[in-house]
Amino acid sequence: MIIGTAAERLDAREKVTGAARYVSDLVVPEMLHAKVWRAPVPHARLLGVDGSRAARSPGVVAVCTATDLPVKRLHYGPAFKDQPILAHEIIRYAGEPVVAVVADTERHAAAALALIDVSYRELPAVTSAAEALAQGAPVLHPALDRSGHFRDLSGLRPVAGTNVCQHYHYDRGDVARAFAEADLTVEDVYHYPALSHHALEAHCAVARVDGDGLTVWTGTQHPFPVRKELAEVFDLPLAAVQVIVPLIGGAFGGKCYTKIEPLAAALAARVRRSALTITRHAVTVRLRTAVRSDGTLLARECDVVLDTGAYADIGPRVATKAGYRAPGPYRIPCLSIDARCVYTNNVPAGAYRGYGVPQVTWASESQMDQIAERLGLDPLAFREKNLLKRGEEYVAGDTPMDGDMADALAQTGAAIDWGRARERGRGVGLACAMKDGGGTHTVSTAAVRVNADGSVTLLTGSVEMGQGSRTALAQIAAETLGVPLSAIVVESPDTSITPYDHGTSASRSTTVMGLAVEAAARDARGQLLELAAKFFGTEPEKLAIHDGVVACGERTMTVGDVVSGHFGLVGGEVTGLGTFVPGTWSGSLGGATLFWEVGMGAAEVQVDADTGEISVEKYVSVADVGQAINARECAAQDEGAAMQAIGPALFESRVSEAGHLVNPGLIDYRVPTFADLPRELETVLIENRDGPGPFGSKGVGEGGTFCPAPAIANAVARATGVRIKDLPMTPERVWRALRDARGTRRG
Amino acid sequence: MNAITMTVTVNGEPRELTVPTHETLIECLRERLGLLGAKKSCDVQVCGACTVLLDDRPVSACTVLAFEARGKTVRTIEGLACGDELHPIQAAFVEHGALQCGFCTPGMIMATVALLGENPSPSVDEVKHYMRGNVCRCTGYKRILDAILDASRRMAAAPAPA
Ligand code: FES
Ligand code: FES
Repeated sequence: MIIGTAAERLDAREKVTGAARYVSDLVVPEMLHAKVWRAPVPHARLLGVDGSRAARSPGVVAVCTATDLPVKRLHYGPAFKDQPILAHEIIRYAGEPVVAVVADTERHAAAALALIDVSYRELPAVTSAAEALAQGAPVLHPALDRSGHFRDLSGLRPVAGTNVCQHYHYDRGDVARAFAEADLTVEDVYHYPALSHHALEAHCAVARVDGDGLTVWTGTQHPFPVRKELAEVFDLPLAAVQVIVPLIGGAFGGKCYTKIEPLAAALAARVRRSALTITRHAVTVRLRTAVRSDGTLLARECDVVLDTGAYADIGPRVATKAGYRAPGPYRIPCLSIDARCVYTNNVPAGAYRGYGVPQVTWASESQMDQIAERLGLDPLAFREKNLLKRGEEYVAGDTPMDGDMADALAQTGAAIDWGRARERGRGVGLACAMKDGGGTHTVSTAAVRVNADGSVTLLTGSVEMGQGSRTALAQIAAETLGVPLSAIVVESPDTSITPYDHGTSASRSTTVMGLAVEAAARDARGQLLELAAKFFGTEPEKLAIHDGVVACGERTMTVGDVVSGHFGLVGGEVTGLGTFVPGTWSGSLGGATLFWEVGMGAAEVQVDADTGEISVEKYVSVADVGQAINARECAAQDEGAAMQAIGPALFESRVSEAGHLVNPGLIDYRVPTFADLPRELETVLIENRDGPGPFGSKGVGEGGTFCPAPAIANAVARATGVRIKDLPMTPERVWRALRDARGTRRG
Repeated sequence: MNAITMTVTVNGEPRELTVPTHETLIECLRERLGLLGAKKSCDVQVCGACTVLLDDRPVSACTVLAFEARGKTVRTIEGLACGDELHPIQAAFVEHGALQCGFCTPGMIMATVALLGENPSPSVDEVKHYMRGNVCRCTGYKRILDAILDASRRMAAAPAPA
């Protein structure tokens, strides 16, 4: 059995010896380097660029503005073609690339940047979603051009003449009546800050243009969508654009879709350390819930506003998904949801691990505890009463709940020792959430090549960004084919060689690509058995393959001998192909949910009443993975996700003032370090083999980010009686809340 | 352009190099010597991805000038394994799943070499304190902590070649 074991990662040795190669390690002959001059103001009209002094600077090969780029289309974007490769006429955020300098070395390019003169006239800036929605706000994109790249984005609803680039609405039931008849109504506004991914490897792309077309090496999570975008920018056939993705040094959504590739390609040079910042959306959620005194949820109204910054990127989809997921994993008869994605003059925000779920879960799971407290109910029992049961529909027409959430909640409670009373200043809290996993209507294809020596080449478009997809996919292929894991070599995505894949996001690789790999391996296995049957003079059904050996009763032959024997040479190979195309196209998202990614969490905290400091003594993260393909890596994914989300719970956020990002780099932007590791960090994997993926697996990797913030806030509330509604819960914020609570009590 | 000629021992091998005075150690290692194991991430001495050992002390190669290595020894991740045999710290990282994207790993491992050189059997809190300058965005640190503690036990049981 190869599935379910903690097999060593295929890339572990190269990574601990320093032999692993990333895009930023790539050296292409005659490579040049580019640096960009970035806008110093959030909103302005460009009047002119004087690059003549920069052009005369040592080593400089070219100084380019938007009009100098040899492209057919200047604008790109996965939802709307609203983002220019370099700012054209208008600057829409501070930090936007305006001029690019290409030189023989990075140092020369950087030195020349200081010699560029740009003149511009400042325009009034829209620095928050609230300002963008206000009457009379400047409209940042008066006309929008849909990209038409993704099926689920064909139904986007921008609101003409405003800054709203997507308005998702859903309702069911008689919401007004439910509120009128409720025993209790709770309403609050919650805020989740904007975040930076800060993957350790910065965005990096290398491009080469030659007679055959365009080749780009880049650390993207979406090689095939990038190829399509580049084909449109340069008006080339897809086959003339080659996108190659080596190992990536972390991504977390920050490397989704097209980022710096068009600029790199347009400059046909290397862009290094371009801190092209794409962030998690700052979100404000207004949430109102109606409940009966016995704890039955009756209705929820959710109003979600996302600040997507100057360009939409994938914000419209994040808004849709955030809206879809805002009510939480519960049975709620009446719903009214609005989610709006709003343009501002802030840095563009895009995909970030969890895709809106951490933000809406912050609101909904905080409010669940507030309701439980008001009704005098135990928060765990209150949730359990309302959780969707297996087979129950979340939204009519979408895939019913496919897991056992009550069991997951019970395990969460057990792991944190829920029932035990805590001393003063200590508290436990929990939260639960789910997300439609696997992406909406996405396709994957895989090829398995069985070579004449029995080794196997696995071709997929899944990007290895640290999550261990190569290892998991190799395990699936090895198990299905009947060869040892060591026989498998997984190739890096290369759009000219590896078959089509939608992209590496939405926790989809193990499930969706996994199914394609399983199908390809089955195809190859079937062919091998046919060939072997001829040698044994029997039927394929009578044969078995195990550990690279085909057996017919007592007689055996290696897989390699079957292939080379058939071709009569040492050459030749057996090729298996597999494709996954989703079947049902129902559901309010334009495609049925593939699986529900369930994530729960519980925290035990100690709050220092004098300083407001929260210390997380223990955090338990619970993930329903269906069946772990690689148990160690599943748990590791979940742990890493939880730790990442402890950052914005306690201290991490992007701070902007008047449209200027105050903490762009790691010096000022605080991410979790070793010192923030809770005394105990535990992961519980739930394996009921009930997922749609190979061997009953479900996707994993995002669920751990859903619950830390509300679980910690709920624990703080139970420890101190103080409810925090804005993140991060810095000592200052907690201390002020404690002081205010004391004040009220005295008064 | 000012340049300095110097002798420096890199992973046990003496090298004679002429480097411009503004060249950083990370540029020297990666671009001049082709040692791509050490990574450049923040470039401002806060992430630890570029950690190498300079006379056995951990330094951020992004903010050390190459000529500061004059007459000293530099040890990088490439100089750790003995042929195919992993150093016990590397082996512990592999076994504990202490890496995901691997971009922080060379720096993390070199910082661990320094830690265990100074303090062969650190406590949990000592590890957390010593390693706080090495950022990992993927793993959540717990497995790295486990790997470091395990490596310290292994090395105590069978002292590795220095
Ligand atoms: S790159 Fe040197 S410390 Fe970050
Ligand atoms: S493994 Fe990715 S940053 Fe540490």
